[in-house]
Amino acid sequence: MILNAKIPDGALPEKWTRYRSTVRLVSPANKRKLEVIVVGTGLAGASAAASLAELGYKVKAFCFQDSPRRAHSIAAQGGINAAKNYQNDGDSVYRLFYDTIKGGDYRAREANVYRLAEVSASIIDQCVAQGVPFARDYGGLLDNRSFGGTQVSRTFYARGQTGQQLLLGAYSALNRQVARKQVQMFARHEMVDVVVIDGKARGIIARDLVTGKLERHGAHAVVLASGGYGNVFYLSTNAMGSNVTAAWKAHKRGAFFGNPCFTQIHPTCLPQSGEYQSKLTLMSESLRNDGRVWVPLRQEDAQAIREGKRTAAQLKEEERDYFLERKYPAFGNLVPRDVASRAAKEACDDGRGVNPTGLAVFLDFRDAIQRLGQDVISARYGNLFEMYEKITGDNPYEVPMKIYPAVHYTMGGLWVDYDLMTTVPGLYAIGEANFSDHGANRLGASALMQGLADGYFVLPYTIGNYLADEIHTPSIPIEHEAFAAAEAHALEVYQKFLSIKGSQSPERLHRNLGKIMWEYCGMARSEEGLKKALGLISDLKSSFWSDLQVGGSVNEFNPELDKAMRVADFIELGELMIRDALDRNESCGGHFRVESQTPEGEALRDDQNGNYVAAWAYQGDSVAPELHKEPLNFEIVKPTQRSYK
Amino acid sequence: MGKDTIALTLKVWRQNGPSDKGKFETYALNQVPVHASFLEMMDLLNEQLVGQGKSPVAFDHDCREGICGSCSMYINGRAHGTQSGTTTCQLHMRHFHDGETITIEPWRAAPFPVIRDLVVDRSAFDAIMQAGGFVSVNTGNAPDGNAVPIAKTHADEAFNAAACIGCGACVAACKNASAMLFVSAKVSQYALLPQGQPERRERVLKMVSTMDELGFGACTNTGACEAECPKGIGVTNIARLNREYFGALLGPGD
Repeated sequence: MILNAKIPDGALPEKWTRYRSTVRLVSPANKRKLEVIVVGTGLAGASAAASLAELGYKVKAFCFQDSPRRAHSIAAQGGINAAKNYQNDGDSVYRLFYDTIKGGDYRAREANVYRLAEVSASIIDQCVAQGVPFARDYGGLLDNRSFGGTQVSRTFYARGQTGQQLLLGAYSALNRQVARKQVQMFARHEMVDVVVIDGKARGIIARDLVTGKLERHGAHAVVLASGGYGNVFYLSTNAMGSNVTAAWKAHKRGAFFGNPCFTQIHPTCLPQSGEYQSKLTLMSESLRNDGRVWVPLRQEDAQAIREGKRTAAQLKEEERDYFLERKYPAFGNLVPRDVASRAAKEACDDGRGVNPTGLAVFLDFRDAIQRLGQDVISARYGNLFEMYEKITGDNPYEVPMKIYPAVHYTMGGLWVDYDLMTTVPGLYAIGEANFSDHGANRLGASALMQGLADGYFVLPYTIGNYLADEIHTPSIPIEHEAFAAAEAHALEVYQKFLSIKGSQSPERLHRNLGKIMWEYCGMARSEEGLKKALGLISDLKSSFWSDLQVGGSVNEFNPELDKAMRVADFIELGELMIRDALDRNESCGGHFRVESQTPEGEALRDDQNGNYVAAWAYQGDSVAPELHKEPLNFEIVKPTQRSYK
Repeated sequence: MGKDTIALTLKVWRQNGPSDKGKFETYALNQVPVHASFLEMMDLLNEQLVGQGKSPVAFDHDCREGICGSCSMYINGRAHGTQSGTTTCQLHMRHFHDGETITIEPWRAAPFPVIRDLVVDRSAFDAIMQAGGFVSVNTGNAPDGNAVPIAKTHADEAFNAAACIGCGACVAACKNASAMLFVSAKVSQYALLPQGQPERRERVLKMVSTMDELGFGACTNTGACEAECPKGIGVTNIARLNREYFGALLGPGD
């Protein structure tokens, strides 16, 4: 199969304008007859569901949380990028496009990214009109800050809660459509399969998480806005419920999975403090502006600190290794996320980690406090210091913070064309659930931008291109045998989980999966390690299906059973990620293959052979997946090697 | 440095479903790391229960960063426990002592029926929002974001109200199960912003009447809601809600 991304003709800046002017439309009378299912109510899902309903489509929206307002977009802190150039500092659509392509280490599609930059400004206007309380300056105009290594200030923010405020804006738009009965909302529902009839997505099977009952829902198109899969690592900054099940079931029904090995690891998170730990918490990367990252120079000092026999303050200057400043004198503590993360891992692998688990480095504000005074530091980072103290019990004004990298975001996802349609006709993927805009590494404050771009301004146009052919299709009959078969299959899987009666909880199996993924498919990946991991995953899969322990029954509120399904899917996804990481011999962005590095130990791209999107096709449970490649053509931006020395 | 782990006695509310009467069960839980969060302590309890072949305690949780508003436990008689400005997920075990007995209950309020154990149905909050918690603006209709300047003080105050996470602690803490703090936060956010003006009157009337219809109680100014709100939403918002409401009722119509 030749993958066709369906990029419109014409010069890059004209593609989207031309597309919008020529794309097929659906009349209001026909929209009323067409049903669309949206799975997930984060920024992408809520904005899409609301916008489609405003257009007149009949929408059914689903989320697993108890309310659509709780989707994990809510936890985004920093901000949202937009090419407004309000600061008169030379920003433009082109610059945002360029920064995003370069930041993604030249592994994203130019046309999609250009469109993202083009619609970015409208997102801010839309959110302001909804009453989102963005930060403002004293003249009453919108404030911006710089973010993530770009040279302009294009990030709009609402204190440290930008994701929350944007999501509540989209949630309010969604609520307005629920009140108008244009959207039917299904909270506490999890999608457990896509129903495909005659090659087209025609609905879903969802589990009512309160009653446990499986439900059939038909529609003329299905939109997956179900987020990323960072929880494949067990510990991540994702919410506990974030899962890949909707996307994975779609994959098994024919949707190709794009670049699964592209995951982002964020350097400044709170380290794990013990086995019981359930998740990791992100600390804004702005802390690296004033904090100095270090570990003891000698392993024995690190050991003494781990055992509580010495403290950080007792180590003299010459006993400390400010390893980022040493390795990257030009950028120092401000190297990009992937570089900082790998350096911290190396220091800890060298036996110089500083907390009892050995997996933490210091982020020290001592010098900044001496230089600027505690008041200045408090004004800059007060809320972060407070949060740190709440969680760890340590006061970062007095002792250095301890940080360690953690999984934060997944650039990979379902492969989509320019219309955001997957390889299954009528099945769309938007937001973090698709692979499309961030290449091998995402820039800070760009996730919120992409989620809302897809939901408010892209999908509402592109879905019409498909639905224009569906105006004669009557309401989808859920009595169809494909619905019956999908429902029976889901029920069979749940019953299988309950019948195993083994000794390991879904949680424990998930934790074991996370250890394999983090060790072999985390910050540094090698052919040897990845091959070993394939074997370990295969063993884990066997123990899952022979030793799983889940109590209760199907037809009841049973979070353990929900968790079992999610873990089963994570295990299969983990295997695919490893295959993808093994297949991609180069290093790029968040994907670091130890075999592909410069003499100085930096990531080395292979533009000759690596310039493609990996799109994996499911072939069956016991058959290896098939790899398809979509070549990437850079017409405007010329790929170059990154250097931070 | 104190001990690294503590032993606890947990009195946990167990209830099979909305119609079940429910009762407290008492569990001993040893070796709880003091650096664990309250929800991680609950994870440990559940691991122990599952190991004993018993059903785990159901509770709502998701982001575990204090922002999604899912977690909702009544701990030792206080919504989200005794630490101020803290959600249950951000509460850590170092604030409890070795040998302590901790009582854990669900939010108790008629409009929040128990689904199971500590999980309650808060969809009434969504229903209030659907009644008027929005600005009627379709996608694509918006003027430039800087077309209407908003005084920083108003923007900041609107933000303070908008910081509500919809957890329901205010209702749980109130002896009348009043949702006034929740409703006032949203009404205030829009009342303070120019975008909220066209529907200002209609919004407050609809949200308040929906709140009443759903069975939330009246406000008697005890301030328990403010004391227990993990996001510091103040009762001044309730004062504003009252002004908005009476202004809408008694003032000139559109």
